[in-house]
Amino acid sequence: MSKTTALFIAAMLGCTSFAALDARAYEGVAKGDTSAKKIAFSNSYAGNSFRQVMIKSFEEMGAKAVADKQIAATAVVSSNNSVTEQASQIENLILQGYDAIIVLAGSDTALNGAIKDACNAGITVVAFASGVTEPCAYVVDYNLDSYAKAELDFISSKLGDKPANILEIRGMAGDGFDKRLHEGVEKAMKAHASYKAVGEVYGQWTATVAQKEVSGILPSLPQVDAVLTQGGDGYGAAQAFKAASRPLPIIIMGNRQDELALWKQEHDAGGYETFSLGATPSVSQVAFWVAQQILAGKQVPKFVEVPLLQINQPDLDAWLKTVPAGGVVNAEYPQELVAKIIDANVKKEPLPGVPAPK
Amino acid sequence: MSDAPARVPARSPSNPRSALLNAMQVGLPAIALLVMLAIIFSIRPAAMSYFGFHLLFKLSVPLVFAALAQMMVIMLGDIDLSNGAFVGLITCITALYLGDAPAIAALCYLVLIAAYAGLGLLIHARQLPSIIVTLGMSFIWLGIAVILLPAPGGSAPAWLAAFMSWQPPLMPLSIWLAALAALAGHLVISRSSYGVVLRGAGGNPRAVQRAGWSVVGIRVAVYAAAGLLACLAGLTLTGLTTSGDANVAPAYTLLGVGAVILGGGAFTGGVVSPVGTVVGALTLSLAGSLLSFLQVPPTWQIGAQGVILFLVLAGRVLLSERAR
Repeated sequence: MSKTTALFIAAMLGCTSFAALDARAYEGVAKGDTSAKKIAFSNSYAGNSFRQVMIKSFEEMGAKAVADKQIAATAVVSSNNSVTEQASQIENLILQGYDAIIVLAGSDTALNGAIKDACNAGITVVAFASGVTEPCAYVVDYNLDSYAKAELDFISSKLGDKPANILEIRGMAGDGFDKRLHEGVEKAMKAHASYKAVGEVYGQWTATVAQKEVSGILPSLPQVDAVLTQGGDGYGAAQAFKAASRPLPIIIMGNRQDELALWKQEHDAGGYETFSLGATPSVSQVAFWVAQQILAGKQVPKFVEVPLLQINQPDLDAWLKTVPAGGVVNAEYPQELVAKIIDANVKKEPLPGVPAPK
Repeated sequence: MSDAPARVPARSPSNPRSALLNAMQVGLPAIALLVMLAIIFSIRPAAMSYFGFHLLFKLSVPLVFAALAQMMVIMLGDIDLSNGAFVGLITCITALYLGDAPAIAALCYLVLIAAYAGLGLLIHARQLPSIIVTLGMSFIWLGIAVILLPAPGGSAPAWLAAFMSWQPPLMPLSIWLAALAALAGHLVISRSSYGVVLRGAGGNPRAVQRAGWSVVGIRVAVYAAAGLLACLAGLTLTGLTTSGDANVAPAYTLLGVGAVILGGGAFTGGVVSPVGTVVGALTLSLAGSLLSFLQVPPTWQIGAQGVILFLVLAGRVLLSERAR
């Protein structure tokens, strides 16, 4: 009898310690030992500068984590935009005994078989910046509704509820990113009844194209108070307004170096103020730490939203110094920041911003 | 050329030395395959198991069928540049219809195989270069696939996915299928008397015609067979990926050509080896895996894969020069 009681008490103690563990795992960095774990990055394409920076960010953060004895090893494999090859590479990574695989998928669905195999082999799979549909994978991605909302929130912080004319520069017709961001804009516009969408052009995320397209539509437009963008198009839009001798409206920038340089120049000359936001190639680091934290025992939701990198007036100079000419703003995502991002996702709180460089 | 005896059995070893070289020429992709496996096993001994082979060769099943489809066309002295896009279209049809409306799916397959046969007829009747016709068709296949399934999706019927992950006794499914395909191809193309006629239609069509065979009929039948094999490639690929994607397999076109040539085939027509093609397809699909086991930096991987291909192909060309 006493033996059963002892067992019962032991079980109760066990339960409470589990509960305590859970509470600790809920917030902050999970400290489970992952020093023997290996994390691999399966990348669908390595042939452009954005992807090159993405791989480099992952490798640097991985090397640092290995040096700090947080993980044992990392590896990167890239397929040349061939989905079948990426699938077989994932099968190989299973065979090579990796504990977690982060995936930038070349197809939202065609890797499902391979990802399922990895999950069945007990491997943590984190897909990022792509909409992988296999439910066993964790997904780390931006929310384009928040992108659009942040743009309009800034505009309303400057213009208030006054009637205003808004020009939207979109990406490319038929593109998935463009479609989702535009839907976000339509949703966000509903919250601002006094704002009127007066025009829409396709700038292809390129300064020269945006300049040409905006120049083309400007003569037909009344006064434009604000311009919504998708990144890469802000500089061209500003040039178009200047060429037409119109005052510069609030043009939301997209974290490109030329856009920030123009913003600074206009601010120094006449106090021009705007706001910049965008995706960062180093989102691979977020996926890396999410995978590490899952291995360390942290409770992570299946979808982790990543904050967009936002630049406000006071931080402009600091960010501008970090960007190479012609480049895109990039940032480091250290372990603590990623843990905070995960916690904010769990608690459905506003995501922490990426701190400005000192 | 026309009065020369049909050079169907292209290689006729005259002395033991060239016989050995001939054997090596066919055996080269097999040797390359074994060397790659040996390297992988030395890096990761755990891969030398049923499960290891299962994972290593899983994705090579569709490539084996796609390469055999390409081999049929190359046997006639033609080339098929629409092979990969066609496989993508089959994955879309399979993911959309095979589960809920198998009759519609079967009808689509039949129509598409008939279209392939019609392609053979068109190429023969109008004496068109196959490279142009099939290049054009690749865009048509892709276009139909995108209309059917604008964004990747759909789902493979459960039985198909289950079959592709089935683990039969003795060897993994992929090895069984590759072995069966190689055996069937060997018996039909390399051993049967009809196979001689088929190869003859590519090597010396006039001689075959004079012998009383319909070259048109042969071409139509061979193109239909190529369509059927490409259908099998699409079906097995859908079973593996569990979904349809129009852009899933463009690489199969040229990998298939590579496998045929690697396996002892020649663009002149009439010279192909089904066993060699299957081994060639396995070799090419393993080349990518080898690089990820060797941990080649990502920026070098694409180039390194090309180097492996080049080395194996160059080895084969050197051997065939010697054998002559």
